[in-house]
Amino acid sequence: MGADAMLEIRDLHARAGDAEVLRGIDLQLRPGEVHAVMGPNGSGKSTLAHVLAGKPGYEVTRGRILYDGEDLAALAPEERARRGIFLAFQYPVEIPGVANNYFLKASLNAIRAARGEPDLDAMDFLTLVREKMKLVHMPETLMGRAINEGFSGGEKKRNEILQMLLLEPRLCILDETDSGLDIDALRVVASGVNALRGPERSMLVITHYQRLLDYIVPDRVHVISEGRIVHSGGKELALELEERGYAWLEKAPPGAEAAAP
Amino acid sequence: MTERNAIERLANREYEYGFVTDIESEYAPKGLSEDVVRLISKKKNEPSWLLDWRLRAYRRFTELLAEEREPTWAMIHYPKIDYQDMYYYAAPRRKALASLDEVDPELLRTYEKLGVPLEEQKLLAGVAVDAVFDSVSVATTYKKELEKLGIVFGSFSEAVQRVPELVQKYLGSVVPYSDNFFATLNSAVFSDGSFAYVPKGVRCPMELSTYFRINAQQTGQFERTLIIADAGSYVSYLEGCTAPMRDENQLHAAVVELVALDDAEIKYSTVQNWYPGDKDGKGGIYNFVTKRGKCAGRRSKISWTQVETGSAITWKYPSCILQGDGSIGEFYSVALTANRQQADTGTKMIHIGRNTRSTILSKGIAAGHGQNSYRGLVRIGPKAAGARNYSRCDSLLLGDRCGAHTFPYLEVQNASATVEHEATTSKIGEDQLFYCRQRGISEEDAVSMIVNGFCKEVLRELPMEFAVEAQKLLGVSLEGAVG
Repeated sequence: MGADAMLEIRDLHARAGDAEVLRGIDLQLRPGEVHAVMGPNGSGKSTLAHVLAGKPGYEVTRGRILYDGEDLAALAPEERARRGIFLAFQYPVEIPGVANNYFLKASLNAIRAARGEPDLDAMDFLTLVREKMKLVHMPETLMGRAINEGFSGGEKKRNEILQMLLLEPRLCILDETDSGLDIDALRVVASGVNALRGPERSMLVITHYQRLLDYIVPDRVHVISEGRIVHSGGKELALELEERGYAWLEKAPPGAEAAAP
Repeated sequence: MTERNAIERLANREYEYGFVTDIESEYAPKGLSEDVVRLISKKKNEPSWLLDWRLRAYRRFTELLAEEREPTWAMIHYPKIDYQDMYYYAAPRRKALASLDEVDPELLRTYEKLGVPLEEQKLLAGVAVDAVFDSVSVATTYKKELEKLGIVFGSFSEAVQRVPELVQKYLGSVVPYSDNFFATLNSAVFSDGSFAYVPKGVRCPMELSTYFRINAQQTGQFERTLIIADAGSYVSYLEGCTAPMRDENQLHAAVVELVALDDAEIKYSTVQNWYPGDKDGKGGIYNFVTKRGKCAGRRSKISWTQVETGSAITWKYPSCILQGDGSIGEFYSVALTANRQQADTGTKMIHIGRNTRSTILSKGIAAGHGQNSYRGLVRIGPKAAGARNYSRCDSLLLGDRCGAHTFPYLEVQNASATVEHEATTSKIGEDQLFYCRQRGISEEDAVSMIVNGFCKEVLRELPMEFAVEAQKLLGVSLEGAVG
């Protein structure tokens, strides 16, 4: 077991400042699988996403994260990104004065260089980006504007998915991508995500609500509470959570059914 | 791995242009005296009116020195300067060269390293270069083409010989010899600089460019530049400089005067990269410069754009006197202070004429232990009916040991004027850096991307080539980000 996992998280403990936020996460994700991570606010969902992407400010105190069998601990965030780990942010930042299209091109070429592919020139990039923008119904005017500056909530989330479509990562981590989206925007974003599903690509979909999982149907659902996975099940678990809430699970013993795929 | 690392690397960046050219210099004796002033004037074969002007400035300076009137109001700190402990004149041995072949090959190599476009292929770029090495201009290119249009462009001392009446008419007309401590010193001992005159109705077809370079040890540099745009003319002037690494502090007190007559426009762009000192603040240039333009004519326009990344200390306020009705003054500035650098820079917009307009856009970046101050004056005179000013000063802090300060001064004496001022201070965000890095962009590239984004509105005021150089100077390897 584990030999064919793309992502293997073993007994992961992590702290932010003095607070221990992750207290023993075990999880395995095989190529092609989509897992949902659900849980109440403050349970450690977003921390898990940030720790996987290598955000500074978190300290892994115990356990390991293996990606394609390689320990991520020593890898800088950009190294992880170049190996195919992508985080769609819950709150994408604004960067004044840096044009969205310039940023996307710099990002794509950095990732391509890591894959041993040549830089895309301006024309090829434009063709590619236009094609992907259609998938998420993004107006072209957003490309010339500064990154996320003055974008609506929906536009920011679509911009995240657009980047994901362009970069074609192997591991997609979606951090509450559904938050702040109306139902139409949710459908657009979900169809963008689904366009990327494939046998070689895995996804970790972090969400508070079951709603997103109507559109992005997971293979497994994990419930995280107080920094541990307290329950795992099939996609029907999400529906159960929708009906019963999280409270009935929070008392479950640590690691009760954790992570067996 | 952390945000601080990238910031420190940028903040502690080594000065790339630190090398010394081995050319024998011809010095005047150390120290300042009437004899030295006379020697400089004599070496340059100057007319007596100019010697008299220098001597008046010299006497004024000795008074100022005796009264200890060196300015202290700026937010800069440096040990007391001993004005008798430096040289006031140095020049390369050979002069009056007919072609580049005669230029010292060592000097040419230096320029090459600096990327000064003296050579043939560079001419194709449409840049005429008046290269000032130490104090004497050694080469001027493209002069003939400019001459056809009646444009006079070359070294200041050459202009004194060729067009003395123009020099006499305008020298000191914008920055009088008694203007301020450093301008007075400059007026007494200025060695050389650039001169440009663009005749009536002529649009100068190329960017005029001068690369300054401080080289000889302990030589104060006193450049004097005068640009006159006659009625209906246009000229864009580029000034850029780098200097070799030194341990001793070097004083640089230049004066630049611009005059724009009716409907004339002068665009003056600077990329300043004098040696800033090492990361502990040792060495580096003191850049105490007086730059001022006079919009003398109606509807004339003067635009200053500066990117200041070098010097240990920068004390500089490129200003506009908006005398002609309907005249326009602009100031676009990026000032970056890293390590122990200090900058107190800004502008003065003096509205005298009716319906005069001015725009101030200042971007200050402080990193390491850098201290960055914006100091700006907007004065609307009693007769400046309908005058308008818009000012914006943004500061960006990298790290938590640097400082940004803003000192706006407003004096409005006409009720029909409109004056707007905005200021912001922000810190380069950890979240912004992480966002870029999560997309595969290295930490260093992310920092320069964010910094360049911050400066974008100013950088786009620079001529294309200069904008590229400026972006590099901001500590970057940006690819094709211009425009």
